[in-house]
This record gives sequence, C-alpha cells and structure tokens, in this order.
Amino acid sequence: MTTPVTTKTPARPGERRRPGVAELVLRYPALGPTCALVLAVVVFSLLTSTFLSLDNMSLVVEQSLVVGTLALGQTLIILTAGIDLANAAIMVFGTLVMAKLGSAVGGFGGLVAGVLLCVVLGTVSGSLVTGLRLPPFIVTLGMLTAVAASARIYAAGQSFPVTDALLGALGQRSYLFGRIEVTTGMLVAVLMFVVVWYALTRTAWGRHVYALGNDPEAARLTGIHVNRTLLSVYVVAGVIYGIAAWQSLGRIPNADPNAYQTGNLDSITAVVIGGTSLFGGRGGVVGTLVGALIVTVLRSGLTQAGIDELYQDVATGILVIVAVALDQLARRRAR
Amino acid sequence: MSAPDAVAAGPATDSVLRAEGLVKRYGSVTAMDGADFDLRRGEVLAVIGDNGAGKSTLIKALCGAVIPDEGTIWLDGEPVRFSSPLDARKAGIETVYQTLAVAPAMDIAGNLFLGRERRRKGPLGSVFRALDLSGMRADAQRQLDALGVATVQNIGQLVETLSGGQRQAVAVARAAMFASKLTIMDEPTAALGVRESGMVLDLIRRIRDNGLPVVLISHNMPHVFEIADRIHVHRLGRRTAVVKPDDYAMNEVVALMTGALRLTDGGELVDQKAEQPRRPGG
Repeated sequence: MTTPVTTKTPARPGERRRPGVAELVLRYPALGPTCALVLAVVVFSLLTSTFLSLDNMSLVVEQSLVVGTLALGQTLIILTAGIDLANAAIMVFGTLVMAKLGSAVGGFGGLVAGVLLCVVLGTVSGSLVTGLRLPPFIVTLGMLTAVAASARIYAAGQSFPVTDALLGALGQRSYLFGRIEVTTGMLVAVLMFVVVWYALTRTAWGRHVYALGNDPEAARLTGIHVNRTLLSVYVVAGVIYGIAAWQSLGRIPNADPNAYQTGNLDSITAVVIGGTSLFGGRGGVVGTLVGALIVTVLRSGLTQAGIDELYQDVATGILVIVAVALDQLARRRAR
Repeated sequence: MSAPDAVAAGPATDSVLRAEGLVKRYGSVTAMDGADFDLRRGEVLAVIGDNGAGKSTLIKALCGAVIPDEGTIWLDGEPVRFSSPLDARKAGIETVYQTLAVAPAMDIAGNLFLGRERRRKGPLGSVFRALDLSGMRADAQRQLDALGVATVQNIGQLVETLSGGQRQAVAVARAAMFASKLTIMDEPTAALGVRESGMVLDLIRRIRDNGLPVVLISHNMPHVFEIADRIHVHRLGRRTAVVKPDDYAMNEVVALMTGALRLTDGGELVDQKAEQPRRPGG
C-alpha cells in the first residue's frame, strides 16, 4: 500500500465491483424511463395504425408542452428534496394577469407583468422555505390554496380570451424540414430544457443544487451557500412557471381560472416517472422530458387503441409507483 | 514554557498552530478553561480526552466553528481570529468532520471539488460558467494516486457505492488536497473495521510525510499510539499533558486522561491520591 497505484486494477480481487443494475439506475436515472418510452412507442405503433405518424408525434409533444414546462421547474425543486404543489396555480394566475392586464395595457405589458408575478410568487415560496425553514410541502400547500383563490378573485368568475399576437405567439405553427409540424412553444420548451440541463450539469450552481438536495448539512460544511442556492432554485422555478403561462396561452388562447387544476400533480408525475428521486439530489431534466412524454404517449396510444380514459389513469398511477419503487430499490441496493 | 521565554521569542517558530489560554463559557458551564494547544511542523498530534473533557470545543475553536471568549490563536506565528469554518479554511486549515460532509449521490471527483469547483478557461468559463470537468477529474485522480488510495478504482464512481473506509479516504484526500497549513481529523477510524482503519491510518501517515501536519481526534488508543508523534491529553477543559507515545505506556496515558495520574514538570507520573495529604489514621 505504500506505492501509488497508477492502474485502475483493484488492489484485492474480491473487491471488484461490477456496475450492477442498481448502480446503473443510480448513475443514469433517465435510462429506465427512456427504455420505457421507446417500448411504449413501439408497442403503440404495432397496435394501432394511427399512432406512428409525424402528425400524431407532433401532437403528442404539443400536448406534453405545458405540463412538461411545469415539470421542468418542479424538477429543480424536487432535486433540492422539496416539492411544489403550487406551480400550476401560480401559472394560472400568471395567464390571468397576462390576459386581463394585457387587454388593458397591451400584450407586452401583460406578458411582463404575468411572468413577474410568477417570479414573485416563486420567491415567496422560496423565502418561506429558506428563511423560516418550513417544509416545502406545507409552504406550497398553503401557497396553492392562497394563490388559486387569489386568481379567482382577480378573475371575478370570468375567463379571458386572448387575441393579442404576442400573448398567443407560442402557438404559432411552422414546419421543420417542410414536413414536421412544430409550434414556437415547442422550440422555446426545448431551449429551456437545454438551458436548465446545462446549468445543472455543467455549472457549479448545478453541483450545489444536487449537493444540497443530497445532504444539506454536508453541503454547508463544504462551504456551499445553502440558503442562497435554495432560494435561487425557487426563483428560477418561478421564471419557468411564467414561461409556462405564456406556453399555455399559445396552446389555448383563453385564460381560465379553472384550468390545470391537477397540473401540480401531473408535473410531479412526470418528474417521478422520469427517474428523479423525491428524496432529492438525484435525477435530472432529461428524465423529466422523457417522463412528460411517457404520460402523453400512454394517453394518446391507449386512446387510439380504444381503451377507456379511466384505465389510462390506472396505468399512469401504476407507472408512478413503479418509478418510485425502482428508485428506492436502487438506493437500498447501493448501500 | 516560562513566561519570559514566550515574550522574548514570541510563539515558537516550529509551531504551525498554537493557542494559549482559550476560554469558552456556555452560561454557567465552562467548556474550555484556559486551554493551550500546540501543533508543530511535520507531526501527527493526537488529541485525546474523556467525554465532556472539552476537546471538541477546543477543536471547534481551532477550525472556526466556535469563537472563544478569551485567549489567542496563532497560525504560523501570526495571531488569527476565525469567525466561521470558512475563515479557517481560507487560512489553510481543512477539517474532516466525523460525518464526512460528502454528497453520496455524487462521484468521487465531484465530491473532491464540492464547493470549490473550477471553471474552464476562456469565455466558456467566464461567460457561460462552464466547469472544467475533465481537468477536475484528472486532478482528483492524481490526488488519489499520490495518496495511494488503492482500493478506489474509478474516479467517476458514486460515493454511495464506496465502503466506509473508502468514503473516509475521499474526505481525507479532499482535506489534504486543499489544506495549505494543516488538517484536522475528527475520529477518522471510529466507524471502520480493522483493515479499513489501517488504510486510513496509512493515509494520514502519508499526508504527514508529504509535509502537512495533522491534528487527530480519536478515542482509539491503539490507533493513537500507532500513528501519533505526540499526544495532547485534554482534561476538565484544559491541556493537562503532552506526551510522546514512546515514553509512556498506554495505560499510563489513559490514567492521565481520567485524572488518576498527573504529569509533573519533570515528566514524572504522580498518583493523584498519593499526593493528597494523608489524614492521621486514614
């Protein structure tokens, strides 16, 4: 043991550790969900004649858009071992401000005000979590109730159709390579996923987010500014919810206080199916993208195969439990 | 250790970290009662003491986690005041906590540079804040190789898949990598088996041989006697003796720690009970 080891040969043969399934799941949390997504696409393509077409694929992506964007913000918060129950309510409030205020002061003013509102509400959640050290579940549960009610008060029982070009801009359709139908919203979503992926995996900020989700005390001892980083996660999530609000007006040009009532749970579903651990510090946005697509693919495929909507919910529910069970088992095996 | 000496020469020049007369009170409890401390160049100094003797308060004062009410600390002869562990770290003191402070779901390289990530050179680093991932990996590998951490085969291995000893080795290697003055290790062998303890002790020895002094807090007397150059015995909130492991037997040092024996200035051990004035007929 006195000479430095320069090869990667283990010192003792008994100690060789072949990366088992558990370790693969731990290291590449998006691997399992990606396989599931490919499998689902193949199965539905074989089962139905309508599933495998460019138009249908494009529709699947479009249907995943708003929940997928919400799930992107949700991923950040779940990585810090938190959870955000208020994200959809915040987004809906954002759409109302964009539409109602936008009709008075113009699209641009409405858009800025709506996004700002989402950022402020995200910051409020983050401040309560970091400043008062309240559990994120409770903070965002309270925010959910308060924000949803405030949005209804603001809307005064109405919904607001959007005619402004800027507010509906993300619904703009165009064709990639002349055949693939995409909306501007899809391109924006892809860009957002890339930016967040980069920030999480290639910058010190991302490292710190993972580390504090993993073990906040260890993160503090290594000199990471835990509170500042945690608060920044909620602020960034707020920005993402603001853009999700814009996305949602592009998809359906009508701000409705009753929309996306299960958006919070749907976004958690996408994150969890995507392999991000509810215990924090493990997972990432690639998994979330896949997770959001899996939910829509299941829905679309099962519908086209003529299976009732309630059975689709059963399938989604089972998938959530399987994903969490896999994460738990892998963590236990690695110990 | 007479007063005129200290005034004339200032802190001894071969001291890396020295403290005198440290006092810390928590309400009516005095956790440190005029504690002295002296770590010299190139040594492993073990700090031992019974539970409640105040050794963890002493260590916390030295690594910045506790601010002493009275007393002075010198680092390389310069008086220093640490108001946080970060302060001490910036001054070149690295601490390996008993909890290790590692992120289990991160790989070894990520953990070695946790909180001290390095950015790439050029606009990618300054504008886009990109991390120098390959450079950090290479440096991490170099550090583990230099310390002979043989059982770790892959720098990209997740820390949670490592054994207890290997995790300890990662934490120790990190401290050694960034410490410019000294490292403090809190019970590094407490949770380990015999073979893994041996590995960690080897590691500590190698760090000392590379020129970095080590403060070792331990309850394990055989480990202390195996590796320490000097032993600081802490009792009732102050340093009661500093001995060399070769000069005294293990049971004698334990007796110093519990107060059964006392060390005279001449280096003789005196039975505390025998010293007390005998009562007639008693």
